[in-house]
This record gives sequence, C-alpha cells and structure tokens, in this order.
Amino acid sequence: MAWFKRDKKGITTPTEAKKDTPRGLWYKSPTGKVVDTDQLKNNFYVSPEDGYHVRIGSNEYFEILFDNNEFKELNPNIVSKDPLKFEDTKKYTDRVEAAQKKTGLKDAVRTAVGKSKGNDLVVACMDFAFIGGSMGSVVGEKIARAADYSLKNNIPFMIISKSGGARMMEAALSLMQLAKTSAKLAQLSDAGIPYVSLCTDPTTGGTTASFAMLGDINIGEPGALIAFAGPRVVRDTTGKELPEGFQTAEFLLEKGFLDFICPRHELKDKVNLYLNLILNRKVEISA
Amino acid sequence: MEYLEFELPIKELEEKLQQTLAIGQESDVDVSATIKQIEKKLKATRKDIYANLTAWQRVQMSRHPSRPYTLDYIKAICGDTWLELHGDRNVKDDKAMIGGLGKIGEQSFMFIGQQKGFNTKTRQYRNFGMANPEGYRKALRLMKSAEKFGVPVVALVDTPGAYPGLEAEERGQGEAIARNILEMTRLKVPIIVMIIGEGASGGALGIGVGDKVVMLENTWYSVISPESCSSILWRSWEYKEKAADALKLTSTDMKKLKLVDEILREPQGGAHKDRETIFKSVADCILRQYDDLKDLDSKELVDSRMDKYANMGVYKG
Repeated sequence: MAWFKRDKKGITTPTEAKKDTPRGLWYKSPTGKVVDTDQLKNNFYVSPEDGYHVRIGSNEYFEILFDNNEFKELNPNIVSKDPLKFEDTKKYTDRVEAAQKKTGLKDAVRTAVGKSKGNDLVVACMDFAFIGGSMGSVVGEKIARAADYSLKNNIPFMIISKSGGARMMEAALSLMQLAKTSAKLAQLSDAGIPYVSLCTDPTTGGTTASFAMLGDINIGEPGALIAFAGPRVVRDTTGKELPEGFQTAEFLLEKGFLDFICPRHELKDKVNLYLNLILNRKVEISA
Repeated sequence: MEYLEFELPIKELEEKLQQTLAIGQESDVDVSATIKQIEKKLKATRKDIYANLTAWQRVQMSRHPSRPYTLDYIKAICGDTWLELHGDRNVKDDKAMIGGLGKIGEQSFMFIGQQKGFNTKTRQYRNFGMANPEGYRKALRLMKSAEKFGVPVVALVDTPGAYPGLEAEERGQGEAIARNILEMTRLKVPIIVMIIGEGASGGALGIGVGDKVVMLENTWYSVISPESCSSILWRSWEYKEKAADALKLTSTDMKKLKLVDEILREPQGGAHKDRETIFKSVADCILRQYDDLKDLDSKELVDSRMDKYANMGVYKG
C-alpha cells in the first residue's frame, strides 16, 4: 500500500499561478555545493562550504578594497578602435559592442583611486566577462595611465589580473602592451613606489608574462589558475598528463612565484599590512 | 625538558628536590631544611656547570632540541605584524629559509633566516635548516626588496650548513652563496645579523654579512662543524671535542678574534630555559644596533661595512 494517494490526476495549477524560482537565487560551486546568492555576496563571493572563490569583476573587487566603496574611476571613457579591421566569426567591432552591451563595461580593465583602510591606493582591476579579460590597447593604456597616476601622486599601485591573455584581435598591438605596462612598472620601481600584483582565476598568457608576475609581492587567490601557456596547450603540446594541481596558485607558491595565497576576506587587511610594513607606516592590529 | 649529558647532575638534583617536595606534602615530616639544602646545592651546581662550559658543550647547547628557532623569535617579537613572504621567483619556495616583514615597535624590518623543525616531520619539511640555492636566492630577493624601500634587514642565522645535495650543486649552491655575500657587502640598508644557533660556514655567511653581527652566548660560528673537522683532520669523528676547542668557534672566541661585534647573554642554562627573556633581549638588541646605524647615509653605511670586512684576517708582513 502506498503512503500517499493522489486524489486528482494531472497538474491543475493554471499557468499564471505558477511560482517561478527567480534566476540567480542560488549558486552552485564546482564541487556541487549550493549557496544562496545573498549569502555568497556577504561572504566575499566565496562559497562558504568549500571555500571556492567565485570569479568576480572590478565592481566587486573595488567594493572589497575601497573604504565604503568610495573611489574615483580613472579614464573611464577610453574605448577600443579596430586598427586591423579584424574579423573572425564576427567583426571585432561587433564583438566589442556586444561585450559592452552584455557587461555594461567599456573594456576589460577598470582603474580607480580611493582609500583602502584610510590610505590612498590605485587599483587596476581586470574584468574577465569582457572578451575573456583580454589585453589590447585599451587595457594597456588604462594600466599605463593608472601607473602614471600612482607615480605622479606617490600612491601604491595594485593590479588585479583576471585574463585569458593578450587580445588576438589587436594582434601585435596587444603583444606590445606587455612591454608598455612593464615599462611603467619599471618607472614605479625606480621611484620606490610599491606595486602589488593579485593573480586571480584565471591569470594566463600575456598578463602572466608581464605585470602579473612583476609585483613587489605577488599574491594568489586560492585555487586560481595561473599560467603562461594554459593546461590544455601544455597537454596537447607535450602529450603528457599534467600533475594534479598543476598551475594552481598553490602550485605556483610551492615553485616560488607567489609571496603568499590570500583568501578574499583577508585581502584588504593583507594588502594594507604589506604596504604599511614596506613603507614603514604605522600598523594597526585589530584584535 | 631534555637534559644534555653534562647537565645530568642538575637533573639528579632537580628530581631529588621534586621527591623531597612530594614527601613533604604527603607526610608530616618537616622537609624544609632538606629542601633548602638541595636548592642551595642546585644553584651552586648550575652555576658551576654553566659558567664553565667547554666549546663542545656550547655546540651541544646551540643544538639543544628545545632551543627556540628563527620563527619562534620573529613571531614572539613581531606578533601580528609578521607577514611571511615566499619564493625565489625562479625555482621553489625553500622551506629551510624563511623571510618576511615585521615590526619591532614602530620600525619595519625585513627578516630572513634559516628555519629548523621541532619534530621529525617538521625537521624533514625544513630540511634540518639546510637551505638550497633557491633559499639563498629567496633571501637575496627579499633583501633587494628591502633595499628598494629603505627597510633595514635582520638576518637570524641557525644552520648546520648549506644543503650538500646533488640538485643543490646543479643549481649552483656556490654561486648562490657567493652572490649573496657580494650583494650583502654593498646593500644600501642596515643589516643586523644575529647568530641564534649554529653558524656553519658558507651556509651561515650566505645570509651573514652585516654591519653588526651578534652571537648569542651559546652558539657557534666557524668554517666547519667540529664533527666534520674531526673527520677530515683526525680522520675520525671521535675528536669532535678537540676540534671544537681548536676551531675557536664559541662566541667568546669569535669576539676576541673581532669577527663578531657583540655577545648577547642567554638565560642561565641556555635560551630555551627562559624563552620570553631571550626573545626580549634579542628584540632589544636589534633595536639598539639599529639605533647606531639608522642615521648613517647609505654611502657611510656601505663604506664602513666594506672596511670592516677588509680588516678581517691575521698575517705577517
């Protein structure tokens, strides 16, 4: 005998009375843990059960780093041109336009200045949602100008990398952004202005081969993929199975390329602790 | 607490004292006179033993398993301001060499130092405090970073030697140490070196060139360990006591030879007998040394460091 008996056959609720679950109410991490999106937001977009660091963008990082989410965006209106009249399955101009529409961003990096724990900080933060966080002329120029701002005003500089690498649609122009951004970092270095690099998931290709690895300290986010050639390329080229954890932040720490790995909720404290120490400023330790 | 062989008379008396105390508590027998007597004897014995340590006994003290290690000092001195930094940006993060930033009072310092483990597992993890080339390169990277920002360097030395391994040789152990020594002679910020345990040869000097070099009382510093010296020159490990004497490796001898600048007293019986006290003395000593150096401009600093090392050596003619 069944425990329950169905009296009426079929679905009787009319379509208009159906209750929908709004989209984006839950988030499912790669290990299958489900979390309420509000809870996720309040936990620095880190899945509380497994510590998975969800990919976030400049909006969220600025909120995490700047006091009261107050900052001044630098050069917000630089946009890309299409010097090579590039076309793959789509025209580059269309691709950029679509990305702008989808993300509400102008390009793959935003730069800003504001106070972090009361001290000035210039932050350049990449947005992976914009054409895979790829670096073309706009990203290079905005990072260069942000570095100039740091230099001129003697303010520590931080870049948050989250990128698939250089932007193919601007070809060698993109490649030279590696040199352009590195040159700016050399100027900062000569001026004795600290530069902090945060490598988040993913930091690959041209970003790794330039500013991401050039920090006075390099910090990694837990579990982030950090690589020059990504795992698929390495596997296909060498024909070898890759060791577990290959090219994760933890792997890079062990191999000597990161100063430390920092969970997102400690990020603001750790960055400021470093800056206070290296600049011999007062350190306030909260109990 | 572990006792070294020459400390056994102390152990005996301490046990006797405990037994007597127990008797006093469990019965009505008046033990106060006996206790007083034992305590007096204990005090005299301690004084006698610790005031007359031989060179080999000092070596044993420097390796005492309870002795505080580099990170014990740093964590106690810097508290929550300690920020460990990792990696040589080339090959590996060497666990036998640690480094990072921390405050003593209001002043930031860049700390570097060899790190030993406190049990089998951590001793292996730390490779017994024997750094590979990447350890020395990590230390150099951090020192150069400190120089760039004008942060003084503190090196805590405690190593049985640089790691004599196959891969260490392949990656240039000698080059790494040489590079460090050269760069340290001309680093534009103050360098304060504290020998806190073992100062074995090039492995120690690879982070040991400084404006001020201080040896803790019960440490040793020389060109080779007494055991290895004995095995090479006497062709047997049996002569380590003799070798220890001959090498003049104690803090007193090193000071006499003008190869170190100061001896820092340890609590009676060694640094491990009273950690809080030794942590405080080390912190005070660093600040005191820094005070002497902080007003020198970088040229004066480097010039006087160069002079200091140029004057080392004894010869005729």
